[in-house]
Amino acid sequence: MTQILSFNKLQNFSKVTLLSVLFLNFCHISFSFCLLQTNAIKTSKYNFFTFLPLNLFEQFQRIANAYFLFLLVLQVIPQISSLSWFTTVVPLILVLTVTAAKDATDDINRHRSDNRVNNRKVQVLIDRKLRSEKWMNVQVGDIIKLENNQFVTADLLLLSSSEPLNLVYIETAELDGETNLKVRQALPVTGDLGDDIEKLADFNGEVRCEPPNNRLDRFTGVLSFAGQKYSLDNEKILLRGCTLRNTEWCFGLVLFGGPETKLMQNCGKSTFKRTSIDRLMNILVLFIFGFLAFMCSVLAIGNYIWERNEGSQFTVFLPRLEDDPAFSSFLTFWSYVIILNTVVPISLYVSVEIIRLGNSFYIDWDRKMYYARNDTPAEARTTTLNEELGQIKYVFSDKTGTLTQNIMIFNKCTINGKCYGKMCTPLTSPHQPKQYTDTVDFSFNPLADSRFVFHDHSLVEAVKLENTEVHAFFRLLALCHTVMAEEKKEGELFYQAQSPDEGALVTAARNFGFVFRSRTPDSISIVEMGKQCNYELLAILDFNNVRKRMSVIVRSPEGKLSLYCKGADTIIYERLHQSCSKLMDVTTEHLNEFAGDGLRTLALAYKDLDEEYFNQWIQRHHEANTALEDREGKLDQLYEEIEKDLLLLGATAIEDKLQDGVPQTIEQLSKADIKIWVLTGDKQETAENIGYSCNLLREEMNDVFIISGNSLEDVQQELRNARTSMKPDAAENSEFLPEMDKGVKVVTDEVVNGEYGLVINGHSLAYALEHSLELEFLRTACMCKAVICCRVTPLQKAQVVELVKKYKKAVTLAIGDGANDVSMIKAAHIGVGISGQEGMQAVLSSDYSFAQFRFLQRLLLVHGRWSYLRMCKFLRYFFYKNFTFTFVHFWFAFFCGFSAQTVYDEWFITLYNLMYTALPVLGMSLFDQDVNDVWSFQHPQLYVPGQLNLYFSKKSFFKCALHSCYSSLVLFFIPYAAMYDTVRDDGKDIADYQSFALLTQTCLLFAVSIQMSYWTAVNTFFVLGSLAMYFAVTFTMYSNGMFTILPSAFPFIGTARNSLNQPNVWLTIFLTSILCVLPVITNRFLMIQLCPTINDKAKATPAPPTRRARIRRTSSRRSGYAFSHAQGYGDLVTSGRFLRRPALTRSSGFTHAGRTTTSFSPMGRSAGYSPTGRPQNNKVPDVEVTSLQMYRTITDSAP
Amino acid sequence: MVKQESESANRPDNTAFTQQRLPAWQPILSAGIVIPGFVLIGLAFIGIGVALLVTSRSIQVLELDYTGDSNGSPCSSCSQSDIANCKCSLNFTLTTLFQGPVFFYYGLSNYFQNYRRYGASKDDNQLYGDLSSFTSPSSSCSPYNYDSSKKPIVPCGSIANSMFNDTFTLTRTVSGTTNNVTLDGKGIAWWTDYNIKYRNPSVTPLKNAFNGTVKPINWAKPAYELDASDRSNNGFVNQDFLVWMRRAALPNFRKLYRRIDASGDYQKGLPAGNYTIDITYNYPVRAFNGAKKIVFSNVSWMGGSNEFLGIAYLVIGSLCVVMSVVMLIVYAKFKFPDEE
Repeated sequence: MTQILSFNKLQNFSKVTLLSVLFLNFCHISFSFCLLQTNAIKTSKYNFFTFLPLNLFEQFQRIANAYFLFLLVLQVIPQISSLSWFTTVVPLILVLTVTAAKDATDDINRHRSDNRVNNRKVQVLIDRKLRSEKWMNVQVGDIIKLENNQFVTADLLLLSSSEPLNLVYIETAELDGETNLKVRQALPVTGDLGDDIEKLADFNGEVRCEPPNNRLDRFTGVLSFAGQKYSLDNEKILLRGCTLRNTEWCFGLVLFGGPETKLMQNCGKSTFKRTSIDRLMNILVLFIFGFLAFMCSVLAIGNYIWERNEGSQFTVFLPRLEDDPAFSSFLTFWSYVIILNTVVPISLYVSVEIIRLGNSFYIDWDRKMYYARNDTPAEARTTTLNEELGQIKYVFSDKTGTLTQNIMIFNKCTINGKCYGKMCTPLTSPHQPKQYTDTVDFSFNPLADSRFVFHDHSLVEAVKLENTEVHAFFRLLALCHTVMAEEKKEGELFYQAQSPDEGALVTAARNFGFVFRSRTPDSISIVEMGKQCNYELLAILDFNNVRKRMSVIVRSPEGKLSLYCKGADTIIYERLHQSCSKLMDVTTEHLNEFAGDGLRTLALAYKDLDEEYFNQWIQRHHEANTALEDREGKLDQLYEEIEKDLLLLGATAIEDKLQDGVPQTIEQLSKADIKIWVLTGDKQETAENIGYSCNLLREEMNDVFIISGNSLEDVQQELRNARTSMKPDAAENSEFLPEMDKGVKVVTDEVVNGEYGLVINGHSLAYALEHSLELEFLRTACMCKAVICCRVTPLQKAQVVELVKKYKKAVTLAIGDGANDVSMIKAAHIGVGISGQEGMQAVLSSDYSFAQFRFLQRLLLVHGRWSYLRMCKFLRYFFYKNFTFTFVHFWFAFFCGFSAQTVYDEWFITLYNLMYTALPVLGMSLFDQDVNDVWSFQHPQLYVPGQLNLYFSKKSFFKCALHSCYSSLVLFFIPYAAMYDTVRDDGKDIADYQSFALLTQTCLLFAVSIQMSYWTAVNTFFVLGSLAMYFAVTFTMYSNGMFTILPSAFPFIGTARNSLNQPNVWLTIFLTSILCVLPVITNRFLMIQLCPTINDKAKATPAPPTRRARIRRTSSRRSGYAFSHAQGYGDLVTSGRFLRRPALTRSSGFTHAGRTTTSFSPMGRSAGYSPTGRPQNNKVPDVEVTSLQMYRTITDSAP
Repeated sequence: MVKQESESANRPDNTAFTQQRLPAWQPILSAGIVIPGFVLIGLAFIGIGVALLVTSRSIQVLELDYTGDSNGSPCSSCSQSDIANCKCSLNFTLTTLFQGPVFFYYGLSNYFQNYRRYGASKDDNQLYGDLSSFTSPSSSCSPYNYDSSKKPIVPCGSIANSMFNDTFTLTRTVSGTTNNVTLDGKGIAWWTDYNIKYRNPSVTPLKNAFNGTVKPINWAKPAYELDASDRSNNGFVNQDFLVWMRRAALPNFRKLYRRIDASGDYQKGLPAGNYTIDITYNYPVRAFNGAKKIVFSNVSWMGGSNEFLGIAYLVIGSLCVVMSVVMLIVYAKFKFPDEE
């Protein structure tokens, strides 16, 4: 508000009537500008006329291009020019054109999307009528009408809506990534306007508000209307980018349009990700510049000495421009800058981009990463990060929707000591479940859900035989829950469950003949084996994280009072009647088996209640419920009192269905020494459970530490303890860490004996991420094989990623599917989105996307590895060929008086990188495979060199510089010696400059061409084609015809003919080529023998190791309990609110929204499942969303 | 069917290229290939080396330095004076037949024809016979594009200006009588230079084309009078001029001066005997510590005498064989990869 006050002081605003709305907008920029602000957005950079100048301006801001422009300037200075201008201009123009073409396409796409958005239609109130207008024509001050599922056009002040209490429901996914619905409410005074066009048109108010900003969660303003002032806050504002849901229509006043909207103000901040190779390359380029300066200085000094000693005496034949050798050496310096510029190759950056683009296409094209069910191919959304995929050290994964399919399946159960379900008996191994493959026929039950699949007939038999325990078991499942049923048509039931677990359980009961049909606040009607029964619902003893159980107390149609309870086995067991002890043992055995299979278990128990006792209890319950002090505590006590002496019924096992191949993928990745951290919004038990079922946590691990401290000290102590038990001699002082040059500490990997896992809770993580503890946390976590963070918020996910990025010199990858993963996807070096699960948010902000988690191993182990390998090979080769090319000039300088005479023909210099070597190197970097994909999978350890940055580092760069130094010596001195004082076989000249140039350049081209190591047909074609082209071009350039056209441009006429027919020329070429290759082969061979790399070893192991069958140990300690349920639903059910919309009274609806603070998000902010109840295949964006999104439609409870 | 198609509309194509399954060959550096390979290459190289060395050794070369920087040498007086057309002579004796065809070269050392500014100092258009370049020579010829009186120099530039202008005659003394050895100056330049690259303006007489121009400062005669004996050997297509204009790559070079005319006594080459070379000494080289020499040489299939290639092949061939032994030892000792 202070801001507004200060604006008030300016007193420079005037009142302007816009379409009958008196509207005033404060603006810090310029008032007139604000008024004219339309809703058009412009993300494009150029238009037709500005493209050329702007684009060129931008391109020349790049250091490489600017450098070449500078070279061009040098080249037109006659005293300096050692090369014709075209040697620089041709490559420069080519590079600029390619880049400009790419920029142009990008910008055209942006224009298109701008146009698409700008031309969306919305209804605007103009001249007392609603008219359809384009978005871009909407102006600040307009009143517009939005309808259900429409995007909000601009930042609006909500005036009125179709819903009671002037509520509107919006989805803000595009803004903040949260997919749950939020509520906005108009002021009553504007809400009264309703949809009365006349009234709206007459609406005459004045809004004073804050200037445009990017804060999504805050808004301050004042509406003056009819002499009254109303304060405006975020709750009355609809922001552009939201989607209207569940609301028939609403009216809004445009406050900010187009670029001033909060959405647009938030745009354009997406950080440009660079790969570590990029950074290394930049360092190397700087280093090369330094080296260039060094070489030029050496040559300039050489020139100074030469000019003083020799040049001064040579003046008879070569008059000097000036007598000062110092000046001459100064000019020489710049001349050599021109000649030796090829060490900083202009085409490097372009080639790198092309290679990355090509390797991105491979990802798009890969059929093995195509998911047929959704028709979703993998997509490389960023084309600049490929090689980084080969260097991943840490993978941060979301759980729900990424590791799991977010489908709960009622898989097994144990009832009264008998286990039912697929693979229940220990005798059946996972590989031969033949007798269970035929699914159970539920046709006896007309209300059964046809998608439910169960594999054990004996359970149906038991139900049909009216086994009391089995009936009680399913009755419990049908009664004890908070699911809502919706029956749109007779017999067509839809369950809306708060948690998918519950949905699965109730659906199971439904199929086994105990159909939950409907509920009222005080009754539940179920169909028991075809018979309609109405149970009176007397109390719901709600679930919470401490109780880990929920109970219902119902009165059966027969009048019997019963308490049904389901919950964690450990909790239920404490409350069982002694008579159950035997059953307990059997059930425990089964539970362990379930847990060992990674299933989520719930124990079920019941008890019959005494009428008298219950009446007295419910009385006390009522008192406690209305107590003002310590209500929760009192209730808990009451619950505790009644939930005892229970009789065990059995237990359920629900499979949180993993995506296909998740455990295998995780195993593969961990073999590749990639550390996987799971960051999930789920509860600890759930997360742990999944950890086990997807092989991340293993029974054979030495220990799994659980950090769940509630204070800084606790967390610190827990982390310390964990570390000491992993490595007793671990240094306590975290100061003892090597420092990096910039003062940022790098935490090195610490080796521990054995495997450990770490599970940390969200609230503990908050402490662990505090500055004082973050290193402690990181060290401990990095010593563990697997890390699971549960109950984390999206922000924490990003913080964890940032933490690892900050202190570990490692490449990170984040993979997720939901909007809550967006932050970590953006934070990580590489973000991967799982498409087609929870909406597109994750995909839209990701760098790579595909449909299944298991594709990650192919992306990393195959594509990533190849990309990295190819990029490194490319860089090594590229630097090699250019250094070799350039160093020859350096050596020649000593024989030409340091006069900056080139060795090669100028045409050759121009075309060397562009034509003669471009395709072979491109072919190499697009097709090279050291081993094929099958090998890559069989030897995941081949991935490790990438993580350690072995293939291209400063060291390997230095090596390749040395190699080119050697090659250039060979390439200069062999022709030198071979041509020294020799003549052609007819006695004529051959040691002339032009023949020598031709010989050297031919040698060079052969030497660099035959150093390829991977020959596909395309590579061969490229290499041979380039050589053929070289000869074709050379003979053409040196032909009579070309010379007669332009004598001064083609002075090399006849050289090719006159020297390439000489045997000694060819012998020299052969000799140099062989000499350049032999040492490489020798070195490689000896290295393979003496210190073979992982790669050599892998290649040498012919027999692929057989994949060992996954053995699941049965757990003896661990509880398989996991239940993704939140507290509070019992209340809602019994209070009758939210049961159906008509029951929603105006006040209560909004009160509740208010209760959960600003956002109406009953599902919890980071719950992993989809609160909007979108179906799996998210092709239809405008899903009908029902009843306030309290309940999730379980349409996917069975596959 | 249509539905089927639309359902998998995004399925990537299954080609060897898109699926990265292109068949490929990559050299595998296994001992079974590398070691025999090295032996083979080594032996082949030794073979080539021996052949080259034998060939090179068979070439006869006679080099005579006539710079005259030491006092005892015949041309020392000429080298110290600035007299034009200073005469001196060199004697040499052949004990055996100098196998023909014999080529007569002059050699210069420490002479930087490959200096960048030197090399650029010519006008290709002018030398191609473009008359407009006669009147206004390219600035690349500077300072030899105009003389002090602003008249254009043709041919312009440093290279032309510094054309080698010593002349030689060879005589043989047989039993007291001295007779000239005929030197053939035809076709000593490249065919392409003579026929295409350099061209006189199509003006007859040639002299007229040079009206209004001056000869290069160092030249004694204008371009159109370079060879009084042969009308067609004048202007820019003068063979000596062409040879000179093909500038050398390295600071020490030799250029073809004449061929020994293979007629009469000299059909088989230069017979044994006493020879004298009479030198018209004009070209100053001592200022820059240069040296001038006369070289007689014959050629083989691999051109002039150059032992380097033969030796290099021999050395590298031997190295290959040695390396293959080293590799064999290493392989036997470490034996990786295990080939079971």
